[in-house]
Parts: sequence; structure tokens; C-alpha cells
Amino acid sequence: MDRFVFLTVDGLSRGAVYAAFALALVLIWRAARVVNFAQGAMAVAAAYVAFTVSTATGSYWLGFVVAIVAGLLLGALVDRVVMRHVDHASPLNPVIVALGLVLLIQAVLGMVYGNEFRPAEAPLRRSALTVGGFAVLSPYDLFVFATIGVVVSGLAWLFARTPVGLRMRAAAFAPEVSRLLGVNVGGMLTLGWALASGVGALAAMLVLPTELGLHPHAMDLVFVSAFTAAVVGGLDSPPGAVVGGLVVGLLLSYVSGYAGSDLTPLAVLVLLLAVLLVRPGGLFAPVVARRV
Amino acid sequence: MTATDLLVVRGLVAGYGAAPVLRAIDLTVPAGTIAAVVGANGAGKTTLLRALSGMIRPAAGQVLLAGEDLRGTPVEQLVRRGMAHVPEGRGVISELTVDENLRLGGLWRRDRADAGRALDEVYQLFEPLARRRRHLGHQLSGGERQMLALGRALVGRPRLLLLDEPSLGLAPRVVARTMALLRQLRDRTGLTVLLVEQNVRSALAVADQGVVMSLGRVVIAAPAVQLRDDVDLRHAYLGF
Repeated sequence: MDRFVFLTVDGLSRGAVYAAFALALVLIWRAARVVNFAQGAMAVAAAYVAFTVSTATGSYWLGFVVAIVAGLLLGALVDRVVMRHVDHASPLNPVIVALGLVLLIQAVLGMVYGNEFRPAEAPLRRSALTVGGFAVLSPYDLFVFATIGVVVSGLAWLFARTPVGLRMRAAAFAPEVSRLLGVNVGGMLTLGWALASGVGALAAMLVLPTELGLHPHAMDLVFVSAFTAAVVGGLDSPPGAVVGGLVVGLLLSYVSGYAGSDLTPLAVLVLLLAVLLVRPGGLFAPVVARRV
Repeated sequence: MTATDLLVVRGLVAGYGAAPVLRAIDLTVPAGTIAAVVGANGAGKTTLLRALSGMIRPAAGQVLLAGEDLRGTPVEQLVRRGMAHVPEGRGVISELTVDENLRLGGLWRRDRADAGRALDEVYQLFEPLARRRRHLGHQLSGGERQMLALGRALVGRPRLLLLDEPSLGLAPRVVARTMALLRQLRDRTGLTVLLVEQNVRSALAVADQGVVMSLGRVVIAAPAVQLRDDVDLRHAYLGF
């Protein structure tokens, strides 16, 4: 029982990060119909910027904020400089370009920072607090939950309740009509990329201290898990991404806890395959009801 | 008519790719009037509206709105110049609610208070929409979508309204109501309307000016009464 509670909490904590990362994928998918395979590499780049700032100033929190800002800017940059100029006639084009970006970013990071792991420190204790005899949450887990809770509800509020969120949704659903109604569709697209990349950078900052540390390839496996989470939830559904993230986090935690950590990459792929076979639209795919 | 010309089009050439659909269109719409563009399928009516609102870039010619040249104005700026375009198929965003669709029509406006008033007025004008505020666009009937598309354009308080086939797929009663509403808006608020229609009779019944297009040209522009009542003109240009 003790072990089950621990694995559940640990799974939810990792799942929260996957949820945020999956949410970033969904944001870009909804806005631009692109699966951003470069998101992991972009997030690592932002984390390296944070590492530089934290090392120079000695302040973790300054680095944390800088990572998010760097993520936002990098997202806008990738949209304006790269993706905007890709012919989206074939869905494969942006995918290939995104994969090219992964190689480019990882190579540049390797040249600048070197291809070895650097320690990524957690700002809070990672050893669990004991509640009633159970070792449950660490302060760091609480920090992860709180941060991602704030980000997810903030995004939900932004999209559902604010004028800019309404513009972003309209621009994604019906770009041509939106322009006729005075919406700057290109600007909304850039904003979508920036937000997604900012969330991705945040997720990287949260997950890296629980992994081996900072490395140009550090987010590769996290990306696979988050992509699976997004597919489980349905690429079009933000709530689906969050639920999918938690599901994947729990699954991986149980598999690694009860069956051995060697099996976790396999478990992710099996889940991805199962969802694609049984319900390719994802668990939260909306009922298609478009009248012609 | 002493009113000034709100829309002036001179020598407009536009199309898709190499072959122009519109060949030197000249057109004048005085402020506070309704102009109906009629003509067979493929005459270039929809292309004309798309060229006016900048959705396709004209190859040549001039479009003046209240004396201002619109060349090079991005599509999303036209609504700020007072032009609203309800596109073919109405362009209701089916994933958004009625209320969100309507608010979208006024989001660009600086005057938030007046945008709110315009929204209330639209809800008063279209009672059924007020009852279905929270419904998604795809849950509406054809008539309600029509109201939503029109209402969304009106929230922006346009000077010029471009309407593409408002009668398409609607019951005759609904078409009659829409046409009556256009006339009412013209009389009460001085709205100027450029209407593209297949339904020649109902379009000419409401319009001040009739414009007949054929193969990318304006073949005749005359008072609607004249096109409607002069048997020879009707036979020659409209075929009924």
C-alpha cells in the first residue's frame, strides 16, 4: 500500500509535467495544424539559457523566469523565421522542418555547452514529507503541482474568457473569416507559438531536476511521453492533454515501480499504439458535427 | 440622388492565377443605398466581393471607400475602415457560441462601450439569437445562421455591408424577412449595402440600383425599378 501511494504520487507529479508539455503540443496543433516535434529541443534550449543565467547570478529563480521568457521568444522566433515560410500544403513539410530544427538546436547546444550532462538543481527539497506514517509528497512535488495548476488554469481562463483568447480560437478555426472580422491572424499564430513554447520551457525546468540533468537530448524521452499523452487525449483537446498527461505519468510510474524501469519506454509505445488502433482521434475527440 | 458616393470602383481587374475573372469593373454605390449585383453563375459576382474586401489582390484598378484608396490595405484593416463582408456560406464559426461569434464582430473596436451597445442592439434585432446565446454555431438552423452572420457584421457598425448570396438555401419567407431588414437598416441607420444575388427578383425588389454582370464585366447598371419593370431590359439582360 505504501509503495502504491508513493508510485501514484510520483506518477501524478511526472504526469503533471507531461500534461503541460502535451498542452503545449496541443496549443500549436490547434493554432497551426503542426505537430511541433522540435518542442523538446526548444525547451532544452530555454533551460540552457536559464542555466547560464543561474550560474552567472547564483539565483535559481531568476533563471526560472528567464527560461520562460526565453521559451516565449524562441517560440515566436521559430514561427516568424521558420514555420511561417514553410508550405503547409502537405502536412509532412512542417514535420520535416521541425525535425530539422531539432538537429540544428541540439547541435548548436552541443557546440556551445558540450554534450555532457550538467546538474540541474531543484529549488526545493525532493525528499518526501511523511504524513500519518506515509511518505507522500516532497516540497518539490508540491511546487510542480502548484505551478502546473496555475499555468493550466491560466491558459484555460485566457482562451475561454478573454478577448485575445477568443481571437486566438477564431483565428485557429476560421482564419479567413477572422481576418474579415479584423483579427490579426498572423499575430495570433505567433502568440500561439510563443505561449506553447513558454509552457514547454516551464515543463522542462520542472522535469529536468528529476532526470539526469541538463543535456541537449534531455527532453527527448519526455517529448515521446508527452506526445503520447497528447494523442491519448486527442490532439485537439486541451483538457484531453491534461488528462492524457496524468494517465501517462501514472502508467509509467506503475510500470517502472512494479515491472522495472527498463520497460517504461516500451510501455509508452504500447499505449501510443493501442490508442491509435482503438481510438485514433483520442479519448477526448469532439463529436464531429459540422453542417455543410 | 444627392448623396455622396461611398464606394467607387474603377477598372478593377482581379482573378485567381493568370486568367482574370473580373475584366475592368466600374461601379459606384452612393451612401445610404442598396446595390444588387446579379448575373449568371460564373459572372464573377463573388470574386468582385472578394476583391473589394482584399481577400484576393486586384491586378489593376482602384477601389475607393469614402474617397480613400483601399489598395494595399490588409484584409483585417478593412473592417476598421467601415467595410463588413459576409462571405459566401455566411462564415459562421461553428466551433464558437452565438455570443462569441457576435462579440468577435466588435472586438476590433476601441469604443468598448459602444461595441457593447451594438451587441445589445443586435440581440434586440434578432430575438432568436438572444435565446440561443450559449449554443454553438453548428447547432443553428439556416435562418439563424443568416441572422448570426448579419448580426456579427452589424456589431462592427459598418458603413458598407458586402453580402454574398444571403438568400442561398433559405425559405422564401426568411429571404423576404432578410430583404426587408436590409431596407429597414438603410432607412434607419443609413447603411450602404452591396448585395450579390442569384435570386434576381427579391434582390431587385429591395435594391435601389441593379448591376448586371456577365463574364467578368458590368453589362448594365441602372435603377432597380427600371431593370425590374422595363420588359425589354429584363429580356435582354436577365432573361425573364
